[in-house]
Amino acid sequence: MTSALDYLIELLAFTGLDHSILVVLAIHIPALAIFLVMVVNATIAVYVERKVAAFMQDRLGPMEVGLFGFKGGRRFWGGIGQTIADAIKLLTKEDIVPDNADKKLMLLAPFIIFIGAFLTFIAVPFSENLVVSDFNVGIFYIIAMSSVGVIGIILAGWSSNNKWSLYGAMRAAAQIVSYEIPIGLTLLLVVIVAGSLNLGDIVQWQADNRWFIIHSPFTFVAFFIYFISVVAETNRTPFDIPEAESELVAGWMTEYSGFKWAIFFLSEYANMLIVSIVASVVFLGGWLSPLAILNIGIPESWMILDGPILGFFWVMLKALFLVFVMMWFRWTFPRLRVDQLMYLCWKVFIPFCLANLFFVSIWELISGTIFR
Amino acid sequence: MPIPDLGILLFLGLCGLIVGSAFMVVTSPNLVHSAVSLLFTFFGIAAIYIYLYADFIAATQVVVYVGGILVLIIFGVMLTNKIENATITSKTHNQIPGALFSGILLLLQFYAIFNTKWLVNDNPEKSSTVMDIGELLLGKYLLPFEVVSILLLSALIGAAMLSRKKVD
Amino acid sequence: MYNDYIPVVVFTALAIGLLAAPLVIQHLVSPRHNKRNDKLMSYECGEVPEGSAWVKFNVRFYIIALVFIIFDVEVVFLFPWAAVYQSFIAQGQGLLVLFEMLMFVIILTVGFAYVWVKGDLDWVKMQLKYAHGRYSKLGVDKK
Repeated sequence: MTSALDYLIELLAFTGLDHSILVVLAIHIPALAIFLVMVVNATIAVYVERKVAAFMQDRLGPMEVGLFGFKGGRRFWGGIGQTIADAIKLLTKEDIVPDNADKKLMLLAPFIIFIGAFLTFIAVPFSENLVVSDFNVGIFYIIAMSSVGVIGIILAGWSSNNKWSLYGAMRAAAQIVSYEIPIGLTLLLVVIVAGSLNLGDIVQWQADNRWFIIHSPFTFVAFFIYFISVVAETNRTPFDIPEAESELVAGWMTEYSGFKWAIFFLSEYANMLIVSIVASVVFLGGWLSPLAILNIGIPESWMILDGPILGFFWVMLKALFLVFVMMWFRWTFPRLRVDQLMYLCWKVFIPFCLANLFFVSIWELISGTIFR
Repeated sequence: MPIPDLGILLFLGLCGLIVGSAFMVVTSPNLVHSAVSLLFTFFGIAAIYIYLYADFIAATQVVVYVGGILVLIIFGVMLTNKIENATITSKTHNQIPGALFSGILLLLQFYAIFNTKWLVNDNPEKSSTVMDIGELLLGKYLLPFEVVSILLLSALIGAAMLSRKKVD
Repeated sequence: MYNDYIPVVVFTALAIGLLAAPLVIQHLVSPRHNKRNDKLMSYECGEVPEGSAWVKFNVRFYIIALVFIIFDVEVVFLFPWAAVYQSFIAQGQGLLVLFEMLMFVIILTVGFAYVWVKGDLDWVKMQLKYAHGRYSKLGVDKK
């Protein structure tokens, strides 16, 4: 599997620039593309989230702000310009930093959170070969980079010198680090089965055999453990204790305003997209079409739904469905208490994950030695 | 496709980052600022591992040190009594013996650096180090692998006992 | 492999630029007057803040972080094992390798069971609400 970057470098070779400068220049193209994806994702996701919320609560949601005179009113595209207006509003808002806050760290915290999310995208494949760097340790790189954001959250909470912020940050940190263990242990199962940490190899394995979610009963359970854990890791409801509005105002974001606050939002929605893409790539076959779900008896000529461009469509379809499920969760489940959250992680998920690890290893051993 | 010029520049920049942030860790009067500087040190060291073609170790560095140890350090800072005014003026003690000792340590390190027969990697384009690490852990270094779990076990029990004592 | 990581550096540099630019724009266009005492106070539901927020925190966060690190290291050690497990199965050594991993995990599970039984994983320490009268015989509160 070659990355899109190598292709870009070849494409830019006509300029005759020095190779090293060429590489650095070529990297800027996917980087800007990913930034654009993050911005567009946040804009659309906020709008959709509000509309989904409105639909589930039998309301209309945003319906006033149009786009180029395209004002929908009560129809479902009404208020389509709302989030763009919100973004412009945030950009022109007064930036208030409290007097007794730690001003340097308060500026640094959004950067760390954003860079954590932005760097994770390097290893996230949007389709076959459509990835910035196809790392050999891809899945582990994603685990590593997504664990950086927690430092930014702690800093944001601590530097604000606000009690709500600090409580929110501490809760968020405890929650995020706890749920990293089930995430690591479930992704480990995939590595056991596929025998590689490379995301391209993992999808190739699924193309040759079957999707991971239906590989064995244990990987089926693992998918749900993974998905619930990432909902907790991204601080979404029902695990949004760190920013529980009714008790902690806005959690660790309380003292932030204007564009710094927008950066947090951008990163939060980017993280939702990342974990959904990882879930779809690792468990749901990635860029494989649903025709390939079982890989039995379908002749090769029927597989017209696969390909690099359709692959992008499948990854995004699966990922956006998972994002929608996260929004659905928000209006379906009540918020957990802190102790219930910790109980769920340490006393339910981790024992289940350890048992899963045992059973998947046995399963692979039996299927690898007897049914070979 | 090696990139010699930029690669060396980047390496020097990373060294500057590591040394500078490590210096900040030691000299900063604010413990949280020290912890933040440590973040940059850890990242710089992870990048050094990349230069050594140890991608798995680099990712491990980020997972364990940035995602784990640093969080633990910050939580530890927040447990201290003197956190209220956020400036813990750490006084310097024993300046002369300290300087002497670290000077000797530095000389020893230089001695070691110049007298070691460095193993030059003649096979730089290794596809993945994870497989090698796995095979070594299960073969040649099986005993250390199992001993690590006992070490972790004792660390877990010891840490839990110590922190429990603090609660009572 | 070394080249795969060049984007990490470029992305970091670019991210700083991409975030700094809007912040500068905001600094230029946002209203700047009228930033006085009350506005720059920490938010505490409209009241004057009671002291600093930088207070000593509960030790339970520390314990969670400690247990987390142990498990994190365990997961890190299991990844190389998982990567080579299939090839060992193909060589017919699967059972041996599985046993080696189980040794590793079971020893750590003992530690996990220990902290579980000792109540370090409980966020709210167990208390009996009506520990007087005949319920006090249960002796939960006693040291």
